[in-house]
Amino acid sequence: MAYDTIITFCDGTRCMHTQGRALQAVLEQELERCQIKDRVKITLSGCLGMCDKGPIMVVNPGYTIYGNLQESDIPEIVAEHIVKGNPVSRLVIQEDHLYNRFFRIFGDAKFFGKQMRIALRNCGIIDPENIDDYLALNGYEALAKVLTEMSPTEVIAEVKKSGLRGRGGAGFPTGLKWQFTAEQEGPDKFVICNADEGDPGAFMDRSAIEGDPHTVLEGMAIAGYAIGAKKGVIYIRAEYPLAIDRLYKAINQARKYNLLGDNILEAGFDFDIEIRLGAGAFVCGEETALIHSIQGARGMPRPRPPYPSVSGLFGKPTLINNVETWANIPVIMLDGAEWFSTIGTEKSKGTKVFALAGKVVNTGLVEVPMGTTLRQIVYDIGGGIPGNKKLKAIQTGGPSGGCLPEDYLDTPVDYESLAAAGSIMGSGGMIVIDEASCMVDIAKFFLEFTQNESCGKCTPCREGTKRMYEILERITAGEGRDGDIEKLERLGNMIKKSSLCGLGQSAPNPVLSTIKNFREEYEEHIREKKCRAGVCKELIGYSVNDNCIGCGACKKACPVGAITGKTKSKHEIDAEKCIKCGMCIATCKFDAIIKA
Amino acid sequence: MQTIEAGKIEELREFIATILKSDYGDSNLISVLHKTQELFGYLPREVMDEIAQRMSLPTAHIWGVATFYHYFNLTAPGKYVISICLGTACYVKGAAEILTVIEQELGIKVGETTEDKLFSLQPARCLGACGLAPVVMINDKIYGDLTTVKIKKLIMDFRKSEQHK
Repeated sequence: MAYDTIITFCDGTRCMHTQGRALQAVLEQELERCQIKDRVKITLSGCLGMCDKGPIMVVNPGYTIYGNLQESDIPEIVAEHIVKGNPVSRLVIQEDHLYNRFFRIFGDAKFFGKQMRIALRNCGIIDPENIDDYLALNGYEALAKVLTEMSPTEVIAEVKKSGLRGRGGAGFPTGLKWQFTAEQEGPDKFVICNADEGDPGAFMDRSAIEGDPHTVLEGMAIAGYAIGAKKGVIYIRAEYPLAIDRLYKAINQARKYNLLGDNILEAGFDFDIEIRLGAGAFVCGEETALIHSIQGARGMPRPRPPYPSVSGLFGKPTLINNVETWANIPVIMLDGAEWFSTIGTEKSKGTKVFALAGKVVNTGLVEVPMGTTLRQIVYDIGGGIPGNKKLKAIQTGGPSGGCLPEDYLDTPVDYESLAAAGSIMGSGGMIVIDEASCMVDIAKFFLEFTQNESCGKCTPCREGTKRMYEILERITAGEGRDGDIEKLERLGNMIKKSSLCGLGQSAPNPVLSTIKNFREEYEEHIREKKCRAGVCKELIGYSVNDNCIGCGACKKACPVGAITGKTKSKHEIDAEKCIKCGMCIATCKFDAIIKA
Repeated sequence: MQTIEAGKIEELREFIATILKSDYGDSNLISVLHKTQELFGYLPREVMDEIAQRMSLPTAHIWGVATFYHYFNLTAPGKYVISICLGTACYVKGAAEILTVIEQELGIKVGETTEDKLFSLQPARCLGACGLAPVVMINDKIYGDLTTVKIKKLIMDFRKSEQHK
């Protein structure tokens, strides 16, 4: 006979003293009486640690915890919960925080153990295309609470108290932003969700929206109520078709349930959300550029002030927050600012989502409390570097951030500590780099990106990043000159100080941080014309070693016919013809071809 | 220049007419360009003139917007559009080598289309599939964990399937 219910009694000393065993006997009788004894298995567990609420009884599936039980409660639990499937809520020990549900389902796997999921609390748990799933897990309860129990001022005060800071990268206090927008006069105000996730190597916003689109809508609606806006706009990359599709579905479902639209929940509050697509311009992540793009123009930033909170979309006061920031709002409203501010460090509260990628075993999204160290993220959650290679650097903050070497592994992730170490928090890209990568080449990679994405409006960014890129190109081509490093530093600092927007102000960071932390690699490239990682093609040559058995596979693979040799004898590579494409290395099964 | 299909133009006109009626309707230029690219695969010059008339904007402004954003194509793409991810995670895992191989195999550079109009090669900044790095997207399908050998075979397979048709 298969069981469909398992009831577990806490067998700790305290629970058993407070009549645990008597309860068990009553339960057995009651099950017998209802003739469902075969369906239910009764087990004992070790101490659950909730001794003050004993005796404790846990019903599974569902992990319903009953506490402070009396014998007289048992018949009701059996009749209502075990037979009909409705937990007796007056006896259930109060639900713990939303985020804990994640662990109850996925368990304390090594990957999840050090994480804490607040923004991503529902990702992987609910069906993102079904609003009922979201509703079942306290979805839109925060909105209902705010509309019925709180004044706009109270909502803003709560956000301020929570200590939440902008998750888009700059870390501006969210509550202050809300307050500034709320203080503006006028009926027309806007709420914008910035989902123009442009950092190469970052996919937090995409996954968050794909996994739980409603939390973003709920957060925006709460803000609309708080600042007095009736309209919200989600600006999302056109490159994310699935996320866009799910947002449309979510908005339509929410409208049907009167959670968006006119007179939401009959509370006299109107709010609706529209989706606008980006079109592939990194600079549109900057708030004034984003506003220009929504207005149908080239996405170029403008000087601030006036800030969007004063004059934003269509000249109206506008509140812009990032996807992850929005996802935190419902939790803060439900579980309270006080609880939220217990997580994290003194100045950085809550959690941060990182997109962990690169040379690390477990790639994916991780959400950790602020203050977790880089080492914990890379080794405990990420599982370390594959192939027992050595970690060389951790890159955070994408093209606006920096590369931190191994010595910084114990840096806690929060806005201030990462900035002090020479990188930034950024929106959450975290790329692990091992010894197979050349740091000069990595810096060049980011510079190529930023100089390409520079909108061209201000001179320092448009011209400066280009010149820096040219210098890096020269260095990696083996034509570096003495004084190049100093020139890069001077130029970089100048661009940081004089650019118009965040793109230019942070563009030199990858170069400056790699010069600071890996200066010897730059010097090797310039003086010795050597690339220790074997990445910069002009500085390396390919050769065949004695592992070669003469199978001829590389000869066939070579696109330019640079490899010669008789079958079953050692082959040779003609350095003149070789274009250093690496096909031979990829083909060789005997590790017989080396870069040097 | 190929002739522009009348049916598609009609659909675009209706789209513009509807969108202009919404609040701040004239701000929807980028949505209109998205619709145009969805219909034609790129932004034909004649259609830009059409949009200019319907939305009362100078064609120069539309051209300025269209060229600002990477997502918009100004020439007709090939049958198979290969978007190579040049995001950081892919780069660290060897996307540059994959790119070199594709360029050699197709005989074109990034941003170009092969003479037989079969393949176009586009850069993508990040496809958000960093766990599968390095990746390419061919039309709407992602191919991950690539090696120089795998990508060569992939292109060969596409060529073969065309010859059989």
